[in-house]
Amino acid sequence: MSRRLIPAYLWTGGRTHPSRNVLDRLTVLRAATDHLPSDLTSSGRSVLEILQHGALPLAEVAAHLEMPVIFVKVLVSDLFDQGLLIVRAPAPVESDAKPDQQLLERVIRGLRALQ
Amino acid sequence: MDSAHSNRDIYLRNPDQRLVKVIVSGPFGVGKTTIIRTLSDIPPLRTEEVMTETGAVVDHLDGLKDKTTTTVGLDYGRMSLGDDLALCLFGTPGQKRFQALWDDLTQGALGALILADTRRIADSYEVMGLIERQDLRYAVALNLFPDSPRYPEEELRAALDLAPETPMIACDARDRRTSLDALLALAEHLLAVPEFEQQP
Repeated sequence: MSRRLIPAYLWTGGRTHPSRNVLDRLTVLRAATDHLPSDLTSSGRSVLEILQHGALPLAEVAAHLEMPVIFVKVLVSDLFDQGLLIVRAPAPVESDAKPDQQLLERVIRGLRALQ
Repeated sequence: MDSAHSNRDIYLRNPDQRLVKVIVSGPFGVGKTTIIRTLSDIPPLRTEEVMTETGAVVDHLDGLKDKTTTTVGLDYGRMSLGDDLALCLFGTPGQKRFQALWDDLTQGALGALILADTRRIADSYEVMGLIERQDLRYAVALNLFPDSPRYPEEELRAALDLAPETPMIACDARDRRTSLDALLALAEHLLAVPEFEQQP
């Protein structure tokens, strides 16, 4: 594990809060358009560029761009507000405080198939 | 920026693939990085989380200019179980000083695989303390090294204070088959314990 001091600079064009707090590390992101507006911040552009070739969860976009997850949440929230991204929140793994049985059976089948 | 950028293998198999979070934790140096590398079918990644000096997780950027923050790099991997489902493995530090990060990362997780090293079992006490506070079900995987002493199972269970139903299995984090066995033991345990029976 690496720990290093970082300056608290903002890569996010001054925005500090994600406008949507539903964004999760596993929220799936897709580009809504292949047209990149000319007034994007360079970090916003990086997010859209990596999504031109496929869909990725938010945490993976952050890792590829070497940006902290929280910064990417803010960027993604902004890009979503501008209609540039399609986002899909992860489905819950529980209902009524019980793990989703069908999901678990599917996971077990999938793991056995890899053995 | 990553050179994998142009590599299409980094993307989800399809945009509708369901992603399920699984926590991989344990003490420093226990093999979290290794098992995630073994199981992931994308090149393993490092995600960065921002924390304040007091250990709080930074969840917005207000006033950050005036605060000293640190980043914590976490191992991350993803394994597809068909085109419709993937497990996303979040390597999570098992030390108490990362309590806030633990609480945050474990939200929405299916369960946790806790790695332990029998050569230094006392290193696992902190992570066992963390997980007992959570509504998170788990299995213990003993990452066996060539020089690991072999203790009787009951002794190890007692040392880790495991509930009788909690699975404890041996694996080699470098080896795909035994690492898959460990995940499978976790998933089968989750299916077998539908209620919060693990909670004291």
